[in-house]
Amino acid sequence: MSKKFWYSLIAVLMLTALVLSACGGAATQAPAQTQPPAQGGKEVEVFSWWTGGGEAAGLEAMIKVFNAKYPDIKFINAAVAGGAGTNARAVLATRLQSGDPPDSWQGHAGQELIGTYVAGNQIQPLNDLYESEGWLKVMPQTLIPLISQDGKIYSVPVNIHRANVLWYNPKILEDNKIAVPTTIDEWFAAMDKLKAAGVTPLALGEQWTKMHLLETILLGTLGAEKYNGLWNGTTDWGSAEVKTALENFQKAMTYANTDSASLSWQDAAQLVVNGDAAFNVMGDWAEGYFRELGKKPKVDYGWAPVPGSVGVFQFLSDSFVLAVGAPDPEAAVAWLKVAGSKEGQEAFNPVKGSICARTDCDKALFGEYLQSAMDDWASNVVVGSLTHGVVANDSWKSEIDTALGLFVSNGDLAAFQSALVNACKSSGPCK
Amino acid sequence: MKAKSLRIGKNWLYAPLIFMSIFYLLPMYVMLVTGFKPFEEVNLKTMWALPHTIAFDNYVEAFRHLAPSLRNSFVMVIPATIISSFLGSLNGYVLAKWKFKGADVIFPLILFGMFIPYQSILIPLVQFMKSANLTGIPGLILAHVIYGIPITTLTFRNYYASLPQELIEAARIDGANMLGVYRWILLPISIPSFVVVLIWQFTSAWNDFLFAVVLTGNEQWPITVALNNMAGSQIIAWNVQMAGSLLAALPTLLVYLFLGQYFLRGLLAGSLKG
Amino acid sequence: MFKNKDRYLSFLLVLPSILAVMIFIYGFIGWSIRVSLSQWKGLNPNFAWAGLNNYIELFSDPRFMVDIRNTVIFTVVFVVGCIVVGFFLAVMLDQGLKGEAFFRTLFLFPMAISFIVTGVVWRWLMNPATGSRMSGLNLLFSYLHLDFLINNWHTTPTWGIAAVALAAIWQMSGYTMALYLAGLRSIPLELREAAQIDGASEWQIYRHVILPILTPVTLSALIILGHISLKVFDLIIAMAGKQLALDVPAIYMWQTTFDGLFYARGAAIATLLLISVAVLIIPYMWFTLRSEKQL
Repeated sequence: MSKKFWYSLIAVLMLTALVLSACGGAATQAPAQTQPPAQGGKEVEVFSWWTGGGEAAGLEAMIKVFNAKYPDIKFINAAVAGGAGTNARAVLATRLQSGDPPDSWQGHAGQELIGTYVAGNQIQPLNDLYESEGWLKVMPQTLIPLISQDGKIYSVPVNIHRANVLWYNPKILEDNKIAVPTTIDEWFAAMDKLKAAGVTPLALGEQWTKMHLLETILLGTLGAEKYNGLWNGTTDWGSAEVKTALENFQKAMTYANTDSASLSWQDAAQLVVNGDAAFNVMGDWAEGYFRELGKKPKVDYGWAPVPGSVGVFQFLSDSFVLAVGAPDPEAAVAWLKVAGSKEGQEAFNPVKGSICARTDCDKALFGEYLQSAMDDWASNVVVGSLTHGVVANDSWKSEIDTALGLFVSNGDLAAFQSALVNACKSSGPCK
Repeated sequence: MKAKSLRIGKNWLYAPLIFMSIFYLLPMYVMLVTGFKPFEEVNLKTMWALPHTIAFDNYVEAFRHLAPSLRNSFVMVIPATIISSFLGSLNGYVLAKWKFKGADVIFPLILFGMFIPYQSILIPLVQFMKSANLTGIPGLILAHVIYGIPITTLTFRNYYASLPQELIEAARIDGANMLGVYRWILLPISIPSFVVVLIWQFTSAWNDFLFAVVLTGNEQWPITVALNNMAGSQIIAWNVQMAGSLLAALPTLLVYLFLGQYFLRGLLAGSLKG
Repeated sequence: MFKNKDRYLSFLLVLPSILAVMIFIYGFIGWSIRVSLSQWKGLNPNFAWAGLNNYIELFSDPRFMVDIRNTVIFTVVFVVGCIVVGFFLAVMLDQGLKGEAFFRTLFLFPMAISFIVTGVVWRWLMNPATGSRMSGLNLLFSYLHLDFLINNWHTTPTWGIAAVALAAIWQMSGYTMALYLAGLRSIPLELREAAQIDGASEWQIYRHVILPILTPVTLSALIILGHISLKVFDLIIAMAGKQLALDVPAIYMWQTTFDGLFYARGAAIATLLLISVAVLIIPYMWFTLRSEKQL
């Protein structure tokens, strides 16, 4: 028996070696088979974290537009998922460090891209492309500075999400005779009333949703101009106004469900549409989720700007860049042209559940909520989101995240504020 | 008389076993029922409830996503598992029974490698593999084999160290050389250890995500990357995700069922030889 | 008494493994130590010398203190839990009961499912909501009138990480059982019979005959489980997102390296992890190898 076993083991080893070499051969042949015949072999590899649901479907729709326009360029979809893009970012960082960049990749427009990839000399300015494609005329004026550094524009935003949205349960507000709050004080008064009535006033989830709440309350308390100042160094993080904002944040958290640490953003948002909580602050991808749950706008859920931020659109955007040392820069530019075009954005956004970065998309393609967001996008003051990479570079954001985490567990407001001051000094523009 | 009292004792043993089984089954129950629910029924409050209708939609959708990468996983996992188990067995044999000078230093050094946090070595690993032109599945196999050496060596070495030295002396007197002793004496009785190591290596290579995602390109992605890619960055359909992860776990489960047979056979072979 | 040719051959057999380990483990550890002594922050490598600054900063970093506390609690609960549960299951399955194969497969099955999904299921099971929103295990306990068991699970301050360890025990105790079962099955029957003839009770046989023989298995289990507990990552992320209360060094390292681009600090955390392992393991290894020699 032992002899048999010995020989069969060798046989298995050899067999696997054979299979391996055969498959290795097949794998190298595979691209040749999928590539349409009689072409120059041009290809564009685009890296993103759009792998599931509406995002993946939207990307497919945009790829279709690309293929129709550029039939001689093969599109390689190198998408890797990861909660809020973290796995994907690690893969990308590893690739860039071993000198193997994709032609173009996705990132959050703003400092997340600029602080990381411009500082690392990994992406190229796109001003010429903006000129030749006429994008400066169709994107909001207040958006351009947020995605530029020293007058150079570094990315092509494909979609826009709004971060400062207050979702509410219309029935709960009606039953308790509460009007939709527009200032922070009205909001707190409303939540006091709800609390007294035995309703959970605010639905909150895991740590990043708390950072999301923090940034909207900073905006709601300080106003757009001073909020922007936090990120360019003109608003003092140690000031009394910031302290007031942090106190508001601390107070808001007292209205939240006690099990927030164990809920994802989906679980938390669901509390509002299921009637278990009155308010939830979340980006407008929540609307896509509500629809998938089969809920009706204005019946099962209502929306308003986060109190104190009426007339301000706090945005985040997925955008694409041009790699320094892109294997095929021409093909990469072709992709960026599609990503910034009306046709490309109209193909992508209705499926993904976001609005176009351009202000000239056809409204009829979008649902009720998104239409209202389009109006606001074209008319409001635009500011950027912290949690979603617009206003702070990665190092800064990660320090704020750590400070917030400590604050959530120990409640020490003074320590929190001084940690925020230090974070701005070590990784932001503060001196 | 002795046997009788044992039998009564044995029936009593089912009570704690069944209790433990419930502990093991509860999360699986949740996974299973969630996998059958439509998206709008996935709700914390109703997690224990059965789905209103049994539909295989989630499984069909999950399978559609996972099928293309299934072959990649097999092509990667089977050689990685077999080669690393075999290497570990040889290492364990040498380090337990043929201690050359420095063997007692080598073993802890190999063992220590188990504790290396993989996240911290991703960058040099990818750079090394790219410069050695070992990208794609062969590179991934190599990584699993190498990072499997510590654990497989440990398992076999400890097993072989527990065997009496006389076993080997006896075979040597019969004229067997070093490889002969391994082949005729140790291999036949190391089947239980092989089962343990194969299970371990198969499971960890099959479930590995980190190495796979950085070492392979999108046409060679194994099933874990595909499973992970079913989730978007914002909305995650947990019902499809649960269905998919049960599908992805099926091959590992089959390995357990299949190797379970050898478990008993290995036992028989071992006890017959004494 | 050994032939020289055999000694030579035995060294050749392990040589490839030694070389691989030297490059892929020690070479990379060396790289990581070098990075930990640098000022690398940002995407592009920067090997400018920083001395021990990154280490000094970590020891005054409140987050890292939370990590150390959590790792110690997690490791103790997880390792002890797996060994106790695994040994208990193995002994029961070793009694030759009917349905052994069924139970064995059942206990191993959790290992087959990736941490990412089991983490989410456990997060649901351990939801601490009260009142009308009560769900998961707490709801089950209240159905069964076991209200004293209802608790906050992983959202408990300080000890929450122990609840995560419970989920990890669920996943890995089956493997510990397999290790012990393989060990039990390798014990010659005659040994037990001899002890029985000498009049030893079942309990005495386990205590004085079987447990000592299983010591190498326990050593394997300790090391394997220990290395899992130091690396635990996916499970915590899936159960709790990235929240500081349940932070561990592996998560801090990942976040600081890939989200924050503090490569030097990430490498310093990795190096500290390895040093702490070395401090724990080297005396233990030395002791076992010495006692083996004396036999």
